[in-house]
Amino acid sequence: MRRLILLLCLIAAPVLAVQPDEMLDDPALEARAREISSGLRCLVCRNESIDDSNAELARDLRLLVRDRLTKGDTDSEVVSFIVDRYGEYVLLKPQMGGSNAVLWLAGPAMLLLGAGIAVLYIRRRARAEPAGPGALTETEEARLRQIMDE
Amino acid sequence: MITELGHFALILAFCVACVQAVLPLIGAHKRWPGWMAVAAPAATAQFLLTAASFAALTWAFVTSDFSLRLVTLNSHSAKPLLYKITGVWGNHEGSMLLWILIVTLFGACVAWFGTNLPPSLKARVLAVQAMIGVAFLAFLIFTSNPFLRLVVPPFDGQDLNPLLQDPGLAFHPPFLYLGYVGLSMTYSFAIAALIEGRVDAAWGRWVRPYTLAAWIFLTIGIALGSWWAYYELGWGGFWFWDPVENASFMPWLIAAALLHSAIVVEKRESLKSWTILLAIIAFGFSMIGAFITRSGVLTSVHAFANDPERGMFLLAITALFMMGGLTMFAARASAMQAKGVFAVKSRESMLVLNNLLLGVACFIVFVGTIWPLVSELFFDRKLSVGAPFFNLAFTPFMVLLGLVLPVGAMLPWKRGSFGRILRALAPAFVLAIAAGLLAFAMQTGRSALGPMGLFLAAWLVGGSVTDLWTRTGRTGDIRDRLRRLTRLPRADWGKAVAHGGLGITMAGVAAMNAWATEDIRVAQVGDSIDLAGYTVTLDDVRRVQGPNYISTTGDFTLSRGDDVIGVLHPEKRFYPVAQMPTTEAGIDNGFLRDIYVVIGDPQDGGGWAVRTYHKPLANWIWGGAILMALGGMLSLSDRRYRVAAGARKVAPVQGVPAE
Repeated sequence: MRRLILLLCLIAAPVLAVQPDEMLDDPALEARAREISSGLRCLVCRNESIDDSNAELARDLRLLVRDRLTKGDTDSEVVSFIVDRYGEYVLLKPQMGGSNAVLWLAGPAMLLLGAGIAVLYIRRRARAEPAGPGALTETEEARLRQIMDE
Repeated sequence: MITELGHFALILAFCVACVQAVLPLIGAHKRWPGWMAVAAPAATAQFLLTAASFAALTWAFVTSDFSLRLVTLNSHSAKPLLYKITGVWGNHEGSMLLWILIVTLFGACVAWFGTNLPPSLKARVLAVQAMIGVAFLAFLIFTSNPFLRLVVPPFDGQDLNPLLQDPGLAFHPPFLYLGYVGLSMTYSFAIAALIEGRVDAAWGRWVRPYTLAAWIFLTIGIALGSWWAYYELGWGGFWFWDPVENASFMPWLIAAALLHSAIVVEKRESLKSWTILLAIIAFGFSMIGAFITRSGVLTSVHAFANDPERGMFLLAITALFMMGGLTMFAARASAMQAKGVFAVKSRESMLVLNNLLLGVACFIVFVGTIWPLVSELFFDRKLSVGAPFFNLAFTPFMVLLGLVLPVGAMLPWKRGSFGRILRALAPAFVLAIAAGLLAFAMQTGRSALGPMGLFLAAWLVGGSVTDLWTRTGRTGDIRDRLRRLTRLPRADWGKAVAHGGLGITMAGVAAMNAWATEDIRVAQVGDSIDLAGYTVTLDDVRRVQGPNYISTTGDFTLSRGDDVIGVLHPEKRFYPVAQMPTTEAGIDNGFLRDIYVVIGDPQDGGGWAVRTYHKPLANWIWGGAILMALGGMLSLSDRRYRVAAGARKVAPVQGVPAE
């Protein structure tokens, strides 16, 4: 059930991710190409990188990445070349700037907030007097004891 | 005829649920025993009726009754029997019926086993559970009725999605649903407690088994899905941070937090309102998961429910139960007085830290999952949030959790000192550092991830062993202590096994991400591929006819030096009815590594595209998950829950039996 999206990508075109004929002869360059393409999204799939995707379009993008690399682009030049043409939608790791600051800072902010509340709570518990047993009636206490003892 | 009976049973179940949602609540409020007593038999009836309905649908699938629209769309007469049965839940309507069946099953479990619950609490729990039943039954009957007929039945069906015709995925949804829906039970207990206006240790004890069960099922369900992705999708990935995966991961994280905080309620009567809040939120994430996977909001291309009406209905259910629950919480939470007092250095504080880390980790997954939607709606930026973000934002929390876990697990309740714990844990720590350093020295790259994973694994396993060992006391010789070890409560064993399992999974994930190697090439028959010290030889490529598919099967010999280790048969299948190809990887499973071979397309110049992977510690990921689930089961079978279930019927207690 969870992966039907991925399944749809498989329907799109029955070829398997990176193909032997796409790969560059220079292992260092090929390694850079793999690194870059694992961070770029296949536009017709959901959350799948072009490195993993089986779609035709992903293959075109993989070839484009390799083409730019052989022409001497740096990694960031290749990425910005593709972002210029396809938009920031292709980046699996969103840029930090602008409204995305909310996304990147949400976790740390929540951690600080949560930690603050937790510290206050723990310090209050450490100072609190133990509550008396008056909260329960006698029959309830007996029932509770019975349940807990058995 | 059977179909109509099933349809009728479903409508009756809806009527029973309506009664069960109202009468016991009034009865509990007015203290009328007769009205409260309606709840238990109604819960049983609701379950039996839903089960009858489910059986009728299963019958239609098994007998290939193509006059049913659902069967035509999702089955085929040539499909193996196993997949005819599992096909029942391989679609939106059928899986929703399974979901409801589980909702009513959990309700019935409270009716059958909750004999020691106070009558008013039991009535209220079952009433709330019935409300959930009403909502989802209405959803099923009015928007996605599985029993609709076709005027002109076709001769044969359109077959189930071939990727779902696999044992791993066949049993993945039932486990996942048992987990999701198990959290509905904790929600019902939380709401009932808010209505009653009190939460005590006994409440913690009643609610924890359901949390634990839900978490175990989620663990198994997620592991099955991930294992399936690993061997079926054909490139050896096991987790993609896909919205649909995240939808199952968020409830798992919250359930893990909840089952820890419920311990504090049970043993120390603290963290009460927090636990209630977690119980409400946990079910909220379950329903958000259902919404995400079925509405098509986050997954624009999706095979399930592309109908916006269904999405709106599910969103309305989610909003109703969340807003209702949170409003109740806001109104009544102040009545929950904490009793237990604890120092800053105590088990309680460490469990608060556990909840903080798991909660924030879940929050990050949530924000990352919905951010593309939020960003497009409010900032007009169409963007993606994928694996690189989650790996970066989520991993630190798991590392931190792993680091503090062994210390927190050993710190005593109420008041403790770190010095003693750290002295006891020193051997485990030294071992863990050694494991990390060894991994660092042996690896070729400079990645910190792999060594970190092995460090955490050794630290968690070592910490669990240390915990168990110190629990045997400080006196006595080795034999005495070993004997005491076997007599420890099962909950202690469960805790150690589950925590150890977490470490094993962490090591597997880290090793797969840091050290997996691959080879992609065109291979002719007779060619050999060398990878990580192994040789894989392509012997032959054959055409094989399966029951409902045609397969291209490769025969590969795996050898190391001159020793032949095994023969692998990766396949590329084609399902003609569904017009879909699938890949079946050939995997040689090992304790320390998997060798994973995939056969691709024939190439123009002859030969076949072949991908070979060396995946170190791959099976540790699922092995760890199995250990976690096993740990949960050990805890669930602990004496205090078994005894509490049938308190009165148990014979007089005669000492603690060796367990």
